[in-house]
Formats: sequence, C-alpha cells, structure tokens
Amino acid sequence: MTAPPNPASRAPAALPALAVTHVTHAFGTRKALDDVSLTVPAGSFTALLGPNGAGKTTLFSLITRLYDNRTGRIEVLGEDVRRRPAAALSQLGVVFQARTLDLELTVAQNLVYHATLHGIGFRAGRRRALEVLQRAGLADRADERVRNLSGGQMRRVEIARALMHRPHLLLLDEPTVGLDIASRAALVAQVRELVAQEGIGVLWATHIIEEIAPDDRVVVLHRGRIRAEGSHAEVLAQAGAHTIADAFLHLVREPEPIPGVST
Amino acid sequence: MNTPPGGFRLSLSGYLVCMAGICWREGLRFLNQRGRFLSALVRPLVWLFIFAAGFRSVLGVSIIPPYETYVLYEVYVTPGLVAMIQLFNGLQSSLSMVYDREVGAMRILLVSPYPRWFLLVSKLLAGILVSVLQVYTFLAVAWFWEVELPPVGYVAVLPALLLSGFMLGAMGLVMSSVFRQMENFASVMNFVIFPMFFASSALYPLWRVQESSLVLWWICTLNPFTYAVELIRFALYGQFEPFAALVVALCALVFLAAAILAYDPSAGMMARRGGPEDAR
Repeated sequence: MTAPPNPASRAPAALPALAVTHVTHAFGTRKALDDVSLTVPAGSFTALLGPNGAGKTTLFSLITRLYDNRTGRIEVLGEDVRRRPAAALSQLGVVFQARTLDLELTVAQNLVYHATLHGIGFRAGRRRALEVLQRAGLADRADERVRNLSGGQMRRVEIARALMHRPHLLLLDEPTVGLDIASRAALVAQVRELVAQEGIGVLWATHIIEEIAPDDRVVVLHRGRIRAEGSHAEVLAQAGAHTIADAFLHLVREPEPIPGVST
Repeated sequence: MNTPPGGFRLSLSGYLVCMAGICWREGLRFLNQRGRFLSALVRPLVWLFIFAAGFRSVLGVSIIPPYETYVLYEVYVTPGLVAMIQLFNGLQSSLSMVYDREVGAMRILLVSPYPRWFLLVSKLLAGILVSVLQVYTFLAVAWFWEVELPPVGYVAVLPALLLSGFMLGAMGLVMSSVFRQMENFASVMNFVIFPMFFASSALYPLWRVQESSLVLWWICTLNPFTYAVELIRFALYGQFEPFAALVVALCALVFLAAAILAYDPSAGMMARRGGPEDAR
C-alpha cells in the first residue's frame, strides 16, 4: 500500500505552504492569539520567533487541528484546516515541543505506526522508515528501542517520522530545546537541507536567536500578536535594528508604564 | 467525506490500515509492559482465589439461568471478574486518552488525517483487544481452579467481550472528559469502579439483592455494568441474553456518541486550567 495521493503534487506552485489569516484564540477570557496572520511560502525556512508564552504552541495546536480554530482561516497548501482537515493534515508533518515517541517501541516501529496513521501499509511503511532513517543517518538504529537513543537522536527520529508521509509543510515547535550545541546545529542543518533539496516549507518555532540565518523569513510573535513578518532584512528594517537580536528585543519590549495611567 | 480539488480521498483500505496500526501499537506496548499485564491479571485472581474461595461456604447460589445445576461460588463470580478486567482496562485506557491528549502519543494520533471519531473508536478497540487477551489468560488460569466452562463458551464470549468493552471504554472516556475532578486513577476506583462493581450482579444474584434491599436492587438494575456481567455470563455458557445485549449495545452507542462529542482537545485539562504552558 502506498501513501494517499498528496494534493500538493498538483497544487499550483504559487500556493503558500501555510497561510494563517486573522486567527484569534482564547482560553476563557484570556486571548492566547489575537488576529494572527502569517504566511510560510513553499520551499522556505520561516522562523517563528517568540519568547515563552508568546502563543507559538497554541498556534501550532490550531494549525494541526488539535484545537479547533473558530475565527479566521488556516490553509495548508490551499486546503482549509477546518473545512478539509484530512486534505490539510495529510500534507503536514509536525514535531511537537514535548517528545512524542513511544520509548518502549523501536525506532522503526514508531515510524511504521506513524505511517499507518496516514494509511500507509506496514510493508511500505517499513521501507519508507528505512529510507528516512538512512537520510537522517540513523539506519543502523532502526531496530533499537527509542529509550536507548540520545536526546538529539530522538529529535532526528521525530523529524524522520514527520517526513514519513512525504508532507509539504513541516512544523517544528522548539525542537532544539534541551539539546547541546552540536546536536542543535546538526538538527538545524538537517532541516535546512530538506528545504533546499525537497522544497518543503518549514515553520520553525524558537526563541533562540542563533538558529536564525540571514536567508530565513522571520515572524515575530509576542503576547499572541504578530509584531513583525518578512525577510531577515525586512524585519530588521521594521524594527530599526542592525541585528536580529536587537530587532527581537525591540519588538518584544513592553511599553514603559506612564505614571498615573492604568493599562 | 469531501474530496478537495486536488483529488485527495481517504480510502477504505487506508481506514483499515490506520485501525490495524493503532491496534498493532497497543499490542506491542502490551507485550513490552509485562508488569501492566501481570497487575491486570493479579487483581481478578486474588478475588477468585481468596475472596470467592473464602465465601464458597457462606454464599450459596441456587439454580438460575444460565446454570443448570448448583455451581461453586467461584464459578458464579467468574463472569463478574471478567467484566471487572474490562472495567479496569477500559477506564484506565480512556483516562490515559484524555490526559495524554495534549502531550504524548495522543497528539500524534490526532494529527492523522483520519476523522477524530474514527481515531477514538480505533483507540478504544485497541484497548478492548488488550483486555480480551487479559480475559482469556484469566480464564485459562481459572480453568485450573475448577472454573471449567463449556468449550463453546470460550468462543461465544468473544463478541460479548467486544460489546461490553466498547461500552465500558466509551463510558470511561465520557466520564473522564466531563468530570475534571477525576485526575487520578485512585479517585476513579473509589467513585466509579468499586460502586459499579459492587452494585451489580457480579458478586451475588439480583434475586438475593432484592431479598435484602429493594433500593440496592434498583441501583443494581439501573447499573449498565450489571448487563455487561450478565451478557458475559450467558455467553460463557454458549447462550445469548437478548435484553442484556440490547442494554449494553444501546449504552455503548450512547456513551460512544457522548465520548466523541466530549473529547475535545482544546477543552483538555491544561486548557481548563488556563491554557497550555506556552501561552501563559
């Protein structure tokens, strides 16, 4: 059995990998996202930069339909996540912030399980698992329990798993948290290679400035609002800063309280 | 299912593969967690070896269907213990489905392109298949304890186990989705499992309950678990109890529908506390 036909292969090249338009989400009375709009062009590496509590994970939960978006629109290669969830989710790969691998199963078993969740049969899943593990440099660990892997290797397996069904958009929610510098660099390089070679659109949520390269698109999210979006240079211009670190600090800076005025 | 302009469609074989994958993973986890398997087995065996054996001389069971002669008390309680295995397993796996929905494996499951109702039903089915394995192992051990059932009963009980497993699993999913206080399994045991188990026909026939307390008899009669026990009891003797089957099937459908409606990841435990950590 093979993977379900992916509409992205027939989608016009102009379609963005991800388009989020006027999305608001609240937990009770507290707004986690407020009128958020952003775009991830196909074949781009877009860094979603925001401090802890910015709303990145909530946004990811809406894109992946873990939460239902009730306002605005989220489209994955033109497919509305709310109206056509199957079509949208079939072309979406995701690496969550918290580890989601089953530690008791082997690497290959985790990947084959994921394949079946996308309708890919066991044999085809096993073949594809070895293929993606080969690319991740982990083919020799295929039959080892996940429990025995290092943190960096687990993350690479999670990325390999997210690629099992050949998605056109890859979401990574702070994937380098808890990794050492070398593992972090290797992981970023692996994902950039995917963008360059396979034309996958990547949305990489992070609060680590060093992970952003000059060629990246950058979206700055703070307190549930988009503070800046564009190319590296455009974001620097919007913030009036010389470095992305200065731009980030400027964009997420809270306004000085005015004495006697309550906010 | 809508077919988008790109021609994407979830095929029937894809649905079957997805369901098989979910069951396969549950089976692998079950094989890898021998402690979980043993603890699930020890509980009913303690009841059988100690409680039932101790009460053998105290509690007599007269000839009531499906039994054609006087039976040992151990024989009488066996269907109730089988249902208890399913009750524990159903509630335990349903609770984990609720509390894992915002972290862990449930996230990966829920971002599958297949519909949420189908994924939940598949996950319930996977849990039921595991409980069926536990039940058959229990029955094999019980056989050496003079609980010898007619051979046809070992086959006839399978559909009864699937049906009652769906009812109990879906019930667990509804309860744990709705009641936020049920945050650990100990409270579930105290407030759900034990009352359901004791206020049923698992340990004593309903006519005996009626003799001693009419109120308790009513409670037992209204308890869906009673019908699961009776469905299993008759099936173990190769007989079909239509009323029990009807009640269990109806309850399974109602609980399943309610569970699918109640299972909303955005209404999860973390969301109820004010949103996920990242959004605080």
